[in-house]
Amino acid sequence: MKKVIMGNHALSYGAMLSRAQVIAAYPITPQTQVVELLSEMCADGTLNAKFIKVESEHSAMAACLGAALAGARTFTATSAQGLALMHELLHWASGGRMPVVMGNINRAMAPGWSIWADQNDSLSERDTGWIQFYCASNQEVLDTVIQAFKVSEKLMIPSMIILDAFALSHTYEVVEIPEQEKVDAFLPPFNPPFRLNPDDPRAFGGLTSPDHYMELRYKLQKDMEKAPAVVEETGREYEKMFGRYLGQVEEYRCEGAEIIFVTSGTAGYTARVAVDELREKGIKAGNLRIKLFRPFPFEKVRSILSRVPRVAVLDRNISYGHHGIFYQEVKSAMYGQTSQPKIFGFIAGLGGRDITRETFREIADYALHQDKVEEIVWIGVKK
Amino acid sequence: MSKEKKFTLTIPKEELMGPGHLACQGCGASLAMRLALKGLGQRTVVCIPACCWAVIDGPFPHSCLDIPIYHCAFETAASSAAGVKAGLEMIGDTETTVLAWAGDGGTFDIGLQALSGAAERNEDIVYTCYDNEAYMNTGIQRSSATPRGAWTTTTPVKHYKKHPKKDIIGIMAAHSIPYIATASVAYPEDMVKKFKKAREIKGTRFIHVFAPCPAGWKSRPEDTIKLARLAVQTGYFPLFEIENGEKWTMNLKVKERKPIVEYLKLQGRFRHLKEDEIEMIQKEVDSRYEKILKHCGL
Repeated sequence: MKKVIMGNHALSYGAMLSRAQVIAAYPITPQTQVVELLSEMCADGTLNAKFIKVESEHSAMAACLGAALAGARTFTATSAQGLALMHELLHWASGGRMPVVMGNINRAMAPGWSIWADQNDSLSERDTGWIQFYCASNQEVLDTVIQAFKVSEKLMIPSMIILDAFALSHTYEVVEIPEQEKVDAFLPPFNPPFRLNPDDPRAFGGLTSPDHYMELRYKLQKDMEKAPAVVEETGREYEKMFGRYLGQVEEYRCEGAEIIFVTSGTAGYTARVAVDELREKGIKAGNLRIKLFRPFPFEKVRSILSRVPRVAVLDRNISYGHHGIFYQEVKSAMYGQTSQPKIFGFIAGLGGRDITRETFREIADYALHQDKVEEIVWIGVKK
Repeated sequence: MSKEKKFTLTIPKEELMGPGHLACQGCGASLAMRLALKGLGQRTVVCIPACCWAVIDGPFPHSCLDIPIYHCAFETAASSAAGVKAGLEMIGDTETTVLAWAGDGGTFDIGLQALSGAAERNEDIVYTCYDNEAYMNTGIQRSSATPRGAWTTTTPVKHYKKHPKKDIIGIMAAHSIPYIATASVAYPEDMVKKFKKAREIKGTRFIHVFAPCPAGWKSRPEDTIKLARLAVQTGYFPLFEIENGEKWTMNLKVKERKPIVEYLKLQGRFRHLKEDEIEMIQKEVDSRYEKILKHCGL
């Protein structure tokens, strides 16, 4: 069935179709519609789940973790300040191997108060041990939720599905809503190997001495390293059943390109339009949109970028005192490769400032005509 | 006719807490868990945040409890327990009791928001605060449960605690939850009875357990029960229940309350107190006790 829905509702439908059993959430702009629709679904019985209307995001994640450990499939959604408040428990989720799936609407961090898009909220959680998916369309959001549950439960690692504030969260698009029976066939009920069970009493997360702690973290990393293959495999299985492929990255007209934009989120779709325009003008541009950010899709990024002389990484975020975060990641992935492009870093769109086709024209113009690599170029900033 | 009297033991023999735990000698908190589980039974899941009990249970891969334990984040005892209950119900287990087991720091201070939220939603959990009146696990720092006059490492003798203990029972009563009780390790029959009663009630149940801490109170380990009993007999920690935020019942009526000084003098943490300061504490104890009696219609 096709429906015109907003990005936030694509998250809700994804959770509904995945038969999330416990939802605990706290409202924050621009996430609110995600949980409004889910609470309606729980109230009218469309979704058989318990909705815990907690008093903070910290409690939202805490309740999800408790429910996950009890053996239930759990979902929540948040944004910016709410995500930051959850920070401690994001480590708890991955360290405790609790496969919660969460939507995060990318919103700039205060102060000054901003409700508009940038990626510093989710990227600040880069090292918490969550799988991170950055989405560019409402269809992708819905498809990613369903696949994220499968990937997370297989690896026992939580997943974060990330949407740009307003540019995606509040934008209405046509979305194919899969049939419940087909989703059920794709995603079996959650059945963890261990759970809080009085018939098999175990202690979870107790005091762990230096003799054991490191091995637990080693195992988490090893399972994270498996995630790109699991995402691929899950994506292919989903494609067979639903006709849409998710994957780790989206490559757009990268063949024979003289410059490739590296993008994420909705900027990745704007970039495709910019690529078409540049190509019409005879500039061979391409776009590599990173969908899976953690674990980092090293293989895909390396194989695509080592074929091109110039790379322009667009960051809607910044690591103060360093560079854009995607820029750091791409540069580090390309270090030591036999064929290395010139990699330029661009910061744009912080706090919801628009990223447009002109942004990419400006970026291409700069990156194509500079011999010296610039690591941090600000686009559109009023100096 | 035999002169033997027949005693009926009201405390179940079943032990859900084994030996090999890591508590200090004379620890009130470890005895509190042992008794609480006798009341709640084996079909219990416990959520333990950062507190002495995060350690007492034993390090990975050991545990001294015969029930499932979730070691949760410091401020999340109530929210974690609410999640566990919801999760269990969704997978079809509606029988298991979910216990949140936190110290006074995790209850009075850092976990108060989550506790208030859970109580307002009337989450179906038994929340227990075992109160040893300071951050004992980190080495005796004051909490808002530390009583006026007490020494701790962050309220040194020159600047001992100048503010009264937070009225957690009053706060919880204001949430109108179905069941609130105080309990003491010196009165095991009363304590086990209360946990048994709590198990049968739906909704948020809050049990405040008085748990002396020899290491933190600078008292003798063998005085733990004596101190817990004196706390009741002086009226410092009376044993009572509140049902639905309205019906107060005094469970142990003390005919002649002992002076608070008898309780204070056994503890090094109060050693610096002068007569006038002890008098002030006595007045506070009297005033609070009178208020509770009034609530109980006595």
